[in-house]
Amino acid sequence: MRIESKAQFDSAVRSAKKAAAGRKLDILVCCGTGCLANGSAKVAEAFAAEVEARGLAASVGLFTKKTGCHGFCERGPLVVLKPSGVLYTKVKPEHVPEILDKTVAKGEIITKLLYKNPATKKPVEQYTEIPFYKNQTRVAMRNIGQVDPTDLEDSLAHGAYAGLARALFHKTPEEVIAEVEVSGLRGRGGAGFITARKWRAARKAAGERKFVLCNGDEGDPGAFKDRSIMEGDPHAVLEGLAIGAYAVGAHEGFIYVRDEYPLAVVHLTLAMEQARQRGLLGKNILGTGFDFDVKLSRGGGAFVCGESSALMRSIEGKTGEPRQKYTHATDRGLFECPTVLNNVETWADVGAILEHGGPWFAAMGTEKSKGTKAFSLVGKVKNTGLIELPMGTTLRHIIYDIGGGILDDRPFKAVQTGGPSGGCLPESHLDSPVDYEKLTEAGSMMGSGGMIVMDDRTCMVDVARYFLSFLVEESCGKCTPCREGLKQLLIIYDDLVAGRGKAGDVARIERLAAGMQLGSLCELGKSAPNPVLSTLRYFREEYQAHIEQKACPAGICRDLTAYEIIPEDCNGCHACFRACPADAITGEPKKAHTIHQGRCIACGACYTACPTDAIRFFPKVALAAAASGQGGAS
Amino acid sequence: MNTLIVNGRHVKAREGAMLLEVIREAGVSLPTLCDHAALEPWGGCRLCLVDVTRNEWDGWAKMVVSCMFPAEDGLIVRTDSQRVVETRKVVLDLLLARCPDTPLVQKLARDHGIEQTSYQPNPEPTDCVLCGLCTRVCDHIGVSAIATVNRGAGREVAPPFHEAPPDCIGCLACAEICPTSCIPFTASDSKRTIWGKTFEMVRCTLCGRAFITKEQAAFYDGRNGVPASYFDTCDECKRKAQAKQFSRLSAGAGR
Ligand SMILES: Cc1cc2nc3c(=O)[nH]c(=O)nc-3n(C[C@H](O)[C@H](O)[C@H](O)COP(=O)(O)O)c2cc1C
Ligand code: SF4
Ligand code: SF4
Ligand code: FES
Repeated sequence: MRIESKAQFDSAVRSAKKAAAGRKLDILVCCGTGCLANGSAKVAEAFAAEVEARGLAASVGLFTKKTGCHGFCERGPLVVLKPSGVLYTKVKPEHVPEILDKTVAKGEIITKLLYKNPATKKPVEQYTEIPFYKNQTRVAMRNIGQVDPTDLEDSLAHGAYAGLARALFHKTPEEVIAEVEVSGLRGRGGAGFITARKWRAARKAAGERKFVLCNGDEGDPGAFKDRSIMEGDPHAVLEGLAIGAYAVGAHEGFIYVRDEYPLAVVHLTLAMEQARQRGLLGKNILGTGFDFDVKLSRGGGAFVCGESSALMRSIEGKTGEPRQKYTHATDRGLFECPTVLNNVETWADVGAILEHGGPWFAAMGTEKSKGTKAFSLVGKVKNTGLIELPMGTTLRHIIYDIGGGILDDRPFKAVQTGGPSGGCLPESHLDSPVDYEKLTEAGSMMGSGGMIVMDDRTCMVDVARYFLSFLVEESCGKCTPCREGLKQLLIIYDDLVAGRGKAGDVARIERLAAGMQLGSLCELGKSAPNPVLSTLRYFREEYQAHIEQKACPAGICRDLTAYEIIPEDCNGCHACFRACPADAITGEPKKAHTIHQGRCIACGACYTACPTDAIRFFPKVALAAAASGQGGAS
Repeated sequence: MNTLIVNGRHVKAREGAMLLEVIREAGVSLPTLCDHAALEPWGGCRLCLVDVTRNEWDGWAKMVVSCMFPAEDGLIVRTDSQRVVETRKVVLDLLLARCPDTPLVQKLARDHGIEQTSYQPNPEPTDCVLCGLCTRVCDHIGVSAIATVNRGAGREVAPPFHEAPPDCIGCLACAEICPTSCIPFTASDSKRTIWGKTFEMVRCTLCGRAFITKEQAAFYDGRNGVPASYFDTCDECKRKAQAKQFSRLSAGAGR
């Protein structure tokens, strides 16, 4: 049934809430992409079948709900019981009867399924007590994991479209922009441009036809926050777009999603249909006379297609290549019409800002970076996953309190933020608050919120090389500095990690980087040197070691590293022997083992496997020196 | 008319002109590879970069490609600021690494003081600078037989699937516009070959010369109101016929 007035909207929300309250117990099974990969669909099916077989829906009001990503993917499949808030991790279908018998029927906790705090070694019952969740503040991800993304009624019960209703029934477009301005919201997709300013420019631009676009390209390797939002709470994206369209005077919108996100496409498509049926999208929205509809546009998944002008060309059906433009998209964007492009997370924030007010959002964060920000925390931390925090949280808090510290308690070395356009920050930056300005000053970027934590077993030259090897493929190749510059940088880095570095390489790198920053056509090429420059800034001595001593201090570059077993420390446990993929280790049980240098491929598997730290690495050049030293003596 | 300052000299600009045109009219030379009078500017080679500023910008300047930046009134343009010169050199240095044996690239590099590239010369030298003129002229004609394929370092100009392009009409526009003449083709009295595709020629019914491919004639047939009979005779014979007619007419008028 279409909702055609404020009274009807209020009553629809009331009845959705009532229906939700009638569900006395909810079993929330995470069906985000991470948990699905671990088999959560089977768990959800098992719950549904058991609940049905036992008639629990009618007798105790128990329902199963497939939700979007809870964020703690590493421990999936995750199951949360509501209202008790008990979280079970790594749940398998065979656990389902036990959960129903014990926890649902008798309130007993199944300890083996609980999350164990690695610091205290104690199991934690409530998901809100787990440090990973306890320290988060969720705005853009407010409903992910709580709602069934395929059920509009469930979203309505959780506050979806309340912001749109407030905008349409109580505010003029100018007032909506003013509210977003007060919130201080800045773009969550990269550069952190002030959202209200963009909207106002598009509102003022001449032209009947205007567009609002949602950037769901998310091409950074390892990032998945936008996917989780589109999959887990598609209505938040649609609501934001509708509010933005009302504010700028647009009637058409596009959501650009990469083809690698099939679940996001399914959930968005379904959400759009449901929203249209209820009069939340399409003609005469909520009976206010405002028309707005959205189409999906699917991209091939190139990183460069996330760039504003390339994305618009791609939606127009042309090759997704950046175009040099000296006019703003808010004046001439998609099909040469005034266009607002925002990131998925930016749009998801908008509904909450309209619902709770700009001042509420602005109360969180730092002076110039307001509100909260989603991050995908990955790499060498104990808890990896998707998190959302107030701007200004320190890196240390994120890595040690939420992330639980470095894996295996090794020393921290660096954290990479901002994806391929970002940079690596060293320990001295751990206490700096995360906001747009601070990260940029430090030579990195907020980017889309990727955060890769690195331990002491990370070679920073190799890290820079990795990002170059990604970018050299992802540059569109249209302009000379980016295409040829990346190619040449990669050649230099290939030499560095192979011990072919020469004097003057650092200067050549810096000259190329400057040429690319100043000369490239689009931000991909302009920001491509960031991983290079930030590692040079903070870890220059590692470059020197590679060039001058032909040594990799972290022992990662295989051509520069050798391993040996310290006989006194080896207890002959054979672990290294089993770990070695090259059959380079020999030794009798309980006696000291030996690595045969001729066969060793310097992969470091033995080093990781050895329980007594009896294996050490050292620069390979020492081997040659020792050999020639011996040769000289004999 | 807009007035600008280019390297300290006041110059006037035609309405709608881009900076590049104004700079050249001011007698300042600037290398370019991807710009062509017959095509929309594209901004790919980055050789035409300049610094622009305005009095009210308080010394702040931005680098833009002059081929695409409108010649607005009051702009102060420098083609010789240190960062512009240095960036242009890096770009040329990179192009020379890509095309170490290409005379045009060698000359441009030498003009800017680069005899040898400071980077790794391409182990498989090519003459293609990826200026995109060939694909853009093909698009402009409305044929779009060739395109750039692959992203990043692997980018190249090619027909679809690297096979003889079905849409190609053999007009040779791509080969003629190519600044380094690197698109191979053969043309004889009876046949033309380009992109691995061989074309039969249409002969002029008057002089018998082969002047256009059959595919070209078919492509233009009916387009812009061109009748098929238009291609019965070659341009030269048409001109001759016209001249004859004119002289007859004027002779008649004189009588
Ligand atoms: C190479 C490149 C890739 C980008 N990829 C994305 C992306 O995947 N998602 C995104 O929202 N913005 C991406 N951006 C930034 C967009 O161009 C644009 O600034 C952003 O979508 C604007 O939205 P916002 O103001 O809400 O951040 C990318 C930019 C560049 C240069
Ligand atoms: S900077 Fe890179 S990605 Fe951007 S237009 Fe140039 S080649 Fe393409
Ligand atoms: S073939 Fe010639 S015209 Fe085409 S891109 Fe290469 S250099 Fe330019
Ligand atoms: S001529 Fe301007 S970028 Fe090539």
